[in-house]
Amino acid sequence: MRMAELVMAIVMGVFSLYLMRKSAELPIGWIPGEGPGGGAWPFWLAAGMLLCCITIVIRWAKRLTPESRSKEVYMDARGLRLFLLNAGALTAMIGLFHIVGAYGAIPLFLIFYLRFMGHHSWRLTGTFAAVTPVITFLFFEIALQKTLPKGYTDPLFEPIFAFFY
Amino acid sequence: METLSLLLNGFAIAFEPLNLALIIGGCAIGLFIGAMPGLGSVNGVAILLPMTFLVPPTGAIIFLGAIYYGAMYGGAISSIMLGIPGASTAVATTFDGRPLALKGEADKALIAAATASFVGGSVGVVLFTLFAPPLAEVALTFGAPEIFALMLMAFATFIGLGGDDIPKTIFSIFIGLVFGAVGLDIISGEPRLVFGDIPGFFHGINFLVLAIGIYGIAEMLWVIESSKGDVMMSKAEVSVARTLNALAELTRTWKMMLMGSFLGYFVGILPAAGATPGSLMAYGVAKTVAKDPETYGKGNLNGVVAPEAANNAASTGAMLPMLTLGIPGSPTTAILLGGMVIWGLEPGPLVFTDHPDFVWGFIASLYVANVFALLINVAFIPAFIAVLKMPFTILAPIIFILCIVGGFVPTMDMHDVWLMLVFGIVGYLMRKLDYPMAPAVLAIVLGPLAEPALRQSLLISGGSFSIFFTRPFAAVIMMFAIGFFLLPVWAAVRRKIARRREAS
Repeated sequence: MRMAELVMAIVMGVFSLYLMRKSAELPIGWIPGEGPGGGAWPFWLAAGMLLCCITIVIRWAKRLTPESRSKEVYMDARGLRLFLLNAGALTAMIGLFHIVGAYGAIPLFLIFYLRFMGHHSWRLTGTFAAVTPVITFLFFEIALQKTLPKGYTDPLFEPIFAFFY
Repeated sequence: METLSLLLNGFAIAFEPLNLALIIGGCAIGLFIGAMPGLGSVNGVAILLPMTFLVPPTGAIIFLGAIYYGAMYGGAISSIMLGIPGASTAVATTFDGRPLALKGEADKALIAAATASFVGGSVGVVLFTLFAPPLAEVALTFGAPEIFALMLMAFATFIGLGGDDIPKTIFSIFIGLVFGAVGLDIISGEPRLVFGDIPGFFHGINFLVLAIGIYGIAEMLWVIESSKGDVMMSKAEVSVARTLNALAELTRTWKMMLMGSFLGYFVGILPAAGATPGSLMAYGVAKTVAKDPETYGKGNLNGVVAPEAANNAASTGAMLPMLTLGIPGSPTTAILLGGMVIWGLEPGPLVFTDHPDFVWGFIASLYVANVFALLINVAFIPAFIAVLKMPFTILAPIIFILCIVGGFVPTMDMHDVWLMLVFGIVGYLMRKLDYPMAPAVLAIVLGPLAEPALRQSLLISGGSFSIFFTRPFAAVIMMFAIGFFLLPVWAAVRRKIARRREAS
């Protein structure tokens, strides 16, 4: 936990410096007749972020925060496994939105999560994997008229839309 | 009299069939969300806000308000039945609610929580109706300096009253404000902070992307990690006779219910305070003034009613600055405020004059939602208990899917979905290190309103910050803001003096 606190403060400090540099692409000083330049607001906020990170590091060095005194691990083996599985499954699902679209990615995600992570029966898994995309389609595409990504499956939906409209 | 007539008009709107259905549906969904361990009103409102595009703005806010209310009621269910608070706002309910459940009196605790929530909600909404119009009238005279001073005060309360690590809280505020500045500069129209020239950043970072990332994905990752341990479900016997007995016993707790309601309401108005400290303070006061303080923590009914009345009253209190001043009183109201911007309404006192149907329809819906939340809560206690038995491995993927689709719908851009995932993962990693996330969400909502207010103020004054101290309202608000900023310093000095006294 102690090391994680330091690493996070340094990473965020570097990010703050990047934000300051990026903000300075626009004027950060006073422009007569216009007021503060367009970059002033984010520049000074990012400078404030950097100051906070420096303070966090100083407090870390003085062991003033519970995290800087903690001897616990930041993430134990089980926690890390759960985190990687969940974050990985989410990343894969979003990635699949581009290829097989929402209606291909959602059932695949549900099958992985319910069957292989949750160890639920094939019956329950199949029911959720079949019903969820149908409800999603009816609610978003038909009721809200918000088109979800379909990737390469787009032509398959033409007859369905022809039926509804 | 005018308020009464506006309120009656609001009731006519709230009782329209669609709005009534939204109230009932919202209360039921909110109760389920609130009952799930780790999930609260803020998660429900953030995840379900994109689903409201189907209905007009009045219906949308009525629905989300009902979810907010329902979740505040539902939080007590898992606190009592599992010993795990449904949300942080129901932590104090665990202290005496859980011991009551372990003694076989879960039904009594659940009925007490529901009744106290009803009383708290009712007191809160009556105070809201009384205070909102005059406060909005005062706020109508506010110019840019006053608006910026108010926003500064909202951030200052997070520092002074939030109770979190101060440098991390300030960092969270700043990063939220910076994310709110991404996109096009409002005055010059030039692109600003467009990372890697990725086109998705040109339209800015939608507050919902951060809100769903933090309160959807990060929260779920947090709950999944922290719920590794087994939980023990209490049994609840529910019968008419037992319910009547419980209600008879509740008549002895009216003082604590009222104390919790008033305390919760006024604590709820303060932006960083809200329902969690409100309920904890109410519990503390109830125990302090009790004749039998030793029974607290062992199943005292007053220890359930005081925090439950307070957290519901606080949720209504938090809506007062949101509607009248455009400053949210809690993370949930910050998301409601962002929703108002999406629906094309300008938050602040002008909504009272420009959109009276929206405001009064919403206020009247809170009265109605309060009644329905109580009825649904009491009638469906067994159903909520059944929900608690649902394996988290079924609920988690459904919530993840809602987050992903909900993050896509507002802008129809996959860039936002990826960004939401990044926010969710980084937010989870930061939360593990005690970085508070609520200030960042508040800041990304208020940032696009605060920057123009600051720039206009400085333009008026020719670049002098004295404008915030020379206008009467702005000066008073700034004094409060400075006071909140200095609260932690004052507390540290007092601690030092006390230590020195002890040493000598």
